[in-house]
Amino acid sequence: MSPPRRPLLAALGGLAAMPATRLRAQNALGGRTIRIGVLTDMSGPYRDPTGMGSVACVQQAVADFAGALGLSAEVIQADHQNRPDIGSSIARQWYDQGVDAIVDVPTTSVALAVSTIARQKNKVFLNSGAASTELTGAACSPNTAHWAYDTYMLAKGTGAAVTRTGGESWFFVTADYAFGTVLQRDVTQFVEAEGGRVLGSVRYPFPATTDFSSFLLQAQASRAKVLGLANAGTDTANCIIQAREFGLTRRMRLVGLLMSLSEVHALGLPAAQELLLTESFYWDLNERSRAFAERVQPRMPNRAMPGAVHAGCYSAVAHYLKAAAALGPAVTQLDGAAVIAGMKAMPTDDDAFGPGRLREDGRKLHPAHLFQVKSPEESRGPWDYYKPVATTAAENAFRPIQEGGCPLVRSPAL
Amino acid sequence: MAAPGGFSGTDFRKEEAYFLGFTQAQVMAFVVLIAFLLISPFFLYPVFLMKLLCFALFACAFNLLVGYVGLLSFGHAAYFGMGGYLTGHAAKVWGLPPELSILLGGLVGAALGLVIGWIAIRRQGIYFAMITLAFAQMVYFFCVQAPFTGGEDGIQSIPRGYFLGFLDLSRDLNMYWLTAGVFLAGFLLIHRIVHSPFGMVLKSIRENEPRATSLGYRTDDYKLMAFVLSAGLAGVAGGLKSIVFGIATLTDVFWTMSGEVVLMSLVGGLGTIFGPFVGAAVIITMQNYLAEFGAWVTVIQGAIFVLCVLAFRRGLVGEIGNWLRVRL
Amino acid sequence: MDDIFGIPAPLLFGQLLLGLINGAFYALLSLGLAVIFGMLNVINFAHGAQFMMGAFVAWMLLEYAGLNYWWALILAPLLVGLFGVLLERTMIARLYKLDHLYGLLLTFGLGLIIEGIFRNQYGSSGLPYRIPPQLSGAWDLGFMFMPIYRGWVVIVAAVMCLATWLVIEKTKIGSYLRASTENAALVQAFGINVPRLMTLTYGAGVALAAFAGVLAAPIYSVNPQMGSNLIIIVFAVVVIGGMGSILGSVITGFGLGIIEGLTKVFYPEASSTVIFVVMAIVLLARPAGLFGRA
Repeated sequence: MSPPRRPLLAALGGLAAMPATRLRAQNALGGRTIRIGVLTDMSGPYRDPTGMGSVACVQQAVADFAGALGLSAEVIQADHQNRPDIGSSIARQWYDQGVDAIVDVPTTSVALAVSTIARQKNKVFLNSGAASTELTGAACSPNTAHWAYDTYMLAKGTGAAVTRTGGESWFFVTADYAFGTVLQRDVTQFVEAEGGRVLGSVRYPFPATTDFSSFLLQAQASRAKVLGLANAGTDTANCIIQAREFGLTRRMRLVGLLMSLSEVHALGLPAAQELLLTESFYWDLNERSRAFAERVQPRMPNRAMPGAVHAGCYSAVAHYLKAAAALGPAVTQLDGAAVIAGMKAMPTDDDAFGPGRLREDGRKLHPAHLFQVKSPEESRGPWDYYKPVATTAAENAFRPIQEGGCPLVRSPAL
Repeated sequence: MAAPGGFSGTDFRKEEAYFLGFTQAQVMAFVVLIAFLLISPFFLYPVFLMKLLCFALFACAFNLLVGYVGLLSFGHAAYFGMGGYLTGHAAKVWGLPPELSILLGGLVGAALGLVIGWIAIRRQGIYFAMITLAFAQMVYFFCVQAPFTGGEDGIQSIPRGYFLGFLDLSRDLNMYWLTAGVFLAGFLLIHRIVHSPFGMVLKSIRENEPRATSLGYRTDDYKLMAFVLSAGLAGVAGGLKSIVFGIATLTDVFWTMSGEVVLMSLVGGLGTIFGPFVGAAVIITMQNYLAEFGAWVTVIQGAIFVLCVLAFRRGLVGEIGNWLRVRL
Repeated sequence: MDDIFGIPAPLLFGQLLLGLINGAFYALLSLGLAVIFGMLNVINFAHGAQFMMGAFVAWMLLEYAGLNYWWALILAPLLVGLFGVLLERTMIARLYKLDHLYGLLLTFGLGLIIEGIFRNQYGSSGLPYRIPPQLSGAWDLGFMFMPIYRGWVVIVAAVMCLATWLVIEKTKIGSYLRASTENAALVQAFGINVPRLMTLTYGAGVALAAFAGVLAAPIYSVNPQMGSNLIIIVFAVVVIGGMGSILGSVITGFGLGIIEGLTKVFYPEASSTVIFVVMAIVLLARPAGLFGRA
């Protein structure tokens, strides 16, 4: 009875061989090359603000800095498919097989999982794509840095500034998910601190909603002056399109609490004009940001302009490489916490964000800008979308370090 | 669901028990499986293997219902996900040891299966599938609303702990042996169930339910029993997964997870003992190793499903078995 | 005097109207699914992807060929329907004699492929598509501000549903179709080309999905995942209405739109779950759905 065994063995063998050969190939590449893995969303709803654009920006950072600092660095990439189990198994495998730092990781559930693994294995995790303040709060880690933005920054940048400029009564349309409810809670706090009022809110099921007209009608009936959209991605896009359709924009100001340049691009200016939003980066902000954007644009998918998360990946990797050069590749590969400590010890400076610093709890500090989307007449062409309205200084833009509850931070009383 | 050319595997009259209810070919395949479980952690990445085994157990549990009773559930994510949540909560918040936490996950899965199954088994075919889907969506809604699940952030940093108080599971290899042990126990349990007199009644229900009823069997009781067992094992698989990865999140209760386990069983071969394992291996390998192809991952996955339906309808194991004229 | 359960009556009235409009999309989509299931016995999981294709083709016609919304309304369903015919001829036709499950799996795979390709080509954030100038603007109904385009959607969807029903119930080709679902061999024996009839039916079902896609393009963001969010709800609609029942899917589509609309006012968090609650109740009370034959 020999026949049954052969094909089965062959099948199982074939299955087994694939990962095994990969593993060996990766080990051979170890040595003194610093390996950076970009773990991001390439096939899901956050593909455009993160995805291949993040990979392009990491490659740009390596091209700009690694050689000049005398380092050799290699970039690999994977799609976490927005699933924590896939994301965390790739992260574990990468770290165990010689990847020194993981970059980007949108979707908070995946980001939190990767942060835990990075700490267990004493590697480096440079987050740019996730929104949750948890990463630098209760779940902070000596191996994690959080770069581009977070919900607190968005809430403060938008909530306070809009209320101060006459938008004193608010209504929220909120995704019934942790990020949506947290965003709403934080914005409410700033609106009320500025003397504004929240007249109502509606939480809708995420991700199963495509039609928002019912919620928009409720918002209209509340007679609030500002409509806060505490959601993300195509949900925000749908809200904006439909708000315009139902004539809400005549009486209400639309505020996208979590929006990116790629989403404004996708909406088009006729639909997105006059929208208010907060971002930490815009390519046309100053001389240096324009220079950065010009350098990276050829690498970007469809020659898009980089968004804030993309720029965050660039800035984070640039600073990581500087710290790595100071410590030497041997220490960099051995002790992730030491690299992050090194990154905190020196000030940051790069073309995307300008000067700034990495705080003790892992929070990167830079200014937050409130923008208004230009009208089609104001825009000079593709990607010329924002006009600045207000700027919050770096030290005030993010959550005060004592409020986060990060165990790494020694409380001032001690 | 007994349509012409139904999906219930290969029909071979000659089915002699050779060893513990296994046929000769199955014994050989089983030896290969054991060898694979023993050797693989030394040349494959253990966490990847653990993930594979968790999903293989999930698929085996699902296959018990669809392959042997002919009930296609489209809501198995509910038991898998709730098992995961409860295990995670027990291990993290209540500080229970991993073996108890996983057991608790299994019990929750079974209890949920008892309630949902009691209602769902009154319907057949596509309507059964849709009722299970409906209840699974309600469970999902509960998980979004309930505070203990942590919304879409999920339960994070679940400790692996010490198995029976002494075996340190934070070492991947130790965790692997526990996972492999649980998988094997579940696998053998399902095999035992299928080949028991109880299992024979289940198969007779699959082939011809009115006839089984006319023979005096209370078919509803049998179906419910199989449903509860399947849900319980799915809960164990979910619990095991949350201990392995240290996370329990909403993706595990979402309907796409129910779809995924259907795919695993189909790709491997419905109603075959080894099919779910092979199917889980194929799907999990695709998810992990196609990840670097970025956006093409869904396209490649879709193409493989299309290919499976058009060319390998019995599933990989079913096709191999058919080709060799043995039951695997 | 104006309040109903604490909600001002005009607002509630507006919400009911909006529910009806959403119901129009459900009806149109579930109609296509029901036609395909009723005639071909195939559960078309690629329906969401084909809906999305309709919207994308409308955008492409405008972008690359300069053809406006009105052209798209005719051309997009034809093109996507043709694509459906191709799928049916090359793949789906091989599965008619098998269990439903294979058709479901195949079309699920096809859906993944289509969605993936569009995502690779056009990204995930979506594309802009404008409401045609003839239909932009709004009526002031007194109790609400009603975009003209939404009114157009309801009317067109209702007409389309009625037309489909008439074709199947009242015309010769419809009677051939119904006959071949009962006994294909006999119909074939009368000299009617049953396989071709099947192909056309699938094409028509897909064209209906694409038509809904074009209708949706100006008011929903045109993105690759726009269909997958809807498909599972539309499935529930078809099951509640009774699998394969044309009338059932249309009535249920509109009805569930209204129920969903009301839930959005009273308990918005549950507005997607409510459909599944309704489905569970209906299936327990009436095993074959509201209008299905047991």
